Amino acid sequence: MRREFILALIIVGLVVVIGVRAPVFVTPASLVNIITDTSFLFMLALAQMIVILTRGIDLSVAANLAMAGMLTALASRAMPELPVVAIILLSTFCGLALGFVNGALIAGLGIPPIVVTLGTLAVYRGLIFVVAGGQWLTSDDMTPQFLAFPKSTLLGISSLVWIAAIVIAAFWYLLSQTRTGRGLYAVGGNPVAARYCGIDLAPQQLLVYSIAGAVSGLCGYLWVSRYGIAYVDIAQGYELTIIAACVIGGVSIAGGVGTVSGTLLGALFLGIVVNALPVINVSPFWQMAISGAVILAAVIVNARAERRAGKLILPEARQFAGASK
Amino acid sequence: MKQPARYDVADRAPRTLSDFLLRWETILVAMLVLVVIGNTAISPYFLDIYNLSDATFNFSEKAIIALGMALLILVRDIDLSVAAIIALASLAMGLAADAGAGTPLLILIGLSVGAVCGAFNGFLVARIGLPSIVVTIGTMSLFRGIAQVVLGDQAITKYPAAFQTLGQGYLVRWPPIPYSFALFLLLAVIFAFVLHRTTLGRKFYAMGNNPVAAQFSGIQVDKIRFWLFVLTGTLAGVAAVLLTARIGSTRPNIALGWELEVITAVILGGVSIAGGSGTIPGVVLAVFILGLATFGLSLINVPGIVISVLLGLLLIASIAVPIVVRRLMKKKPA
Repeated sequence: MRREFILALIIVGLVVVIGVRAPVFVTPASLVNIITDTSFLFMLALAQMIVILTRGIDLSVAANLAMAGMLTALASRAMPELPVVAIILLSTFCGLALGFVNGALIAGLGIPPIVVTLGTLAVYRGLIFVVAGGQWLTSDDMTPQFLAFPKSTLLGISSLVWIAAIVIAAFWYLLSQTRTGRGLYAVGGNPVAARYCGIDLAPQQLLVYSIAGAVSGLCGYLWVSRYGIAYVDIAQGYELTIIAACVIGGVSIAGGVGTVSGTLLGALFLGIVVNALPVINVSPFWQMAISGAVILAAVIVNARAERRAGKLILPEARQFAGASK
Repeated sequence: MKQPARYDVADRAPRTLSDFLLRWETILVAMLVLVVIGNTAISPYFLDIYNLSDATFNFSEKAIIALGMALLILVRDIDLSVAAIIALASLAMGLAADAGAGTPLLILIGLSVGAVCGAFNGFLVARIGLPSIVVTIGTMSLFRGIAQVVLGDQAITKYPAAFQTLGQGYLVRWPPIPYSFALFLLLAVIFAFVLHRTTLGRKFYAMGNNPVAAQFSGIQVDKIRFWLFVLTGTLAGVAAVLLTARIGSTRPNIALGWELEVITAVILGGVSIAGGSGTIPGVVLAVFILGLATFGLSLINVPGIVISVLLGLLLIASIAVPIVVRRLMKKKPA
């Protein structure tokens, strides 16, 4: 828990420093806006985290999101009377199907995840062009209820945040309360040992890529309706921001290490940086360079922490380790 | 009767025709032939020496980086920051050109920036011991981010004419061979020689197959990894010189997404992402397949994004099909 605590302290410190320079940043309205803006990153980073836990990576999530989003926009234009629930289901299932394809190729054929998702990244992105014929769908093409859903509120909190909260709770439950969740840590920590314990990698892979796909699909509708536009390039390159959130949150790319709270804090950190730059009069062009520097800093810190944790297995060994120095 | 010694190693089984036919490079040659035949069938403009020479402009720069990337992937590393290095190197050349630097200085600056960026990656990966995929995702944002901070939404377009010749000119008039393509061929020969005919090349394979064993057999694994990152960075610098000279401008989004195209070529070329196997001829063939397929499809006005779908499918299919075939062949005797 120490790691997450330090990251939380850094985030609080960051907010305070920015708040001193620009008090408008720490008003409740502004903070709520940051949380709402970062909702996508919360959900997608958790989905990416369970993939990375199994020593995999999914580069196709942003393309998947864009594809599902485009599909919902087209569906809503063709059938304006379609209820929002149906649109959300359509979006999620589209994402699930695309994620399942990734999982089938990785688990079924044993192709390395980076190769598969690199390929499907290009394929899914291109399919958007094919299904939409290259056109842009703007808010004029979408029905009012399609656009209104993410902005609608319940108990003063937008439904986008509610959905993110439900997804976060589901991930927390999966990872800390179920056997499947423990299994994910096991296959990532040591695939061979996990296999001897009867935990097979392939079904786990099929599961995590399908979940990652479903979450991306769900975010697809929410993204398109929140920003009121759908075209081929939406969320282009967002997969790297998502992976960055995981790395900052302490998820080890080598698999088996990562927590829900850490990943959420990693995502929140990036969300705050992105939202703070315009407030403190820094050109938004800095955003990319800053997130790059933060990723490098985080991965250096992670490596230090892992090395230290790896050395001492038994608490009794501490004195011997101390003596030998 | 001769008692088998404890450490007897069996002779390698003689090579059979089916071994040769099932080699990845043979399959790539067949794919290349199919691409050429297909393109010739669908467009009368494909088999024209000037058009083909034009086509090389579009893939030579990526192909040059692919040579370095192949070695990195061979030793189990990867560099996702190559396209961002191009952006940074191009920016440095642009600023120098604005200050009135001549062509030799511009080239030197482009290559040095590439080498320094590569050394930065190599330092973090080989000296500090961080996973290369995360490091280069980070430096990818960092390098391109710096270019974006400096350039904003501007572009630098003032390059001397002599410099632009590098990217647009021909080394030989007939057959028309552009500088960039000639340089790629030269580098490919050098890389193939080093990888397949020298002890250094054997060391790369040893590192890729088992880095720990390689370390214990006296190979300076981390030193080699560091220099491979420097090499790949420098090749990205070369690509930056050629590309900047060819299009005559520097924008923050220059060469965006190239890392994926380069890696696609390397993997299609038969270099295993798990390390330890792959050949330079394979990578060269893959570069030609991708380059000519793209060129042929664009001749019949297929949109670029559709081409990228086809190349994505090709990448997955090229790895999936052999696995499926192998499984079917295994099942038959049982």
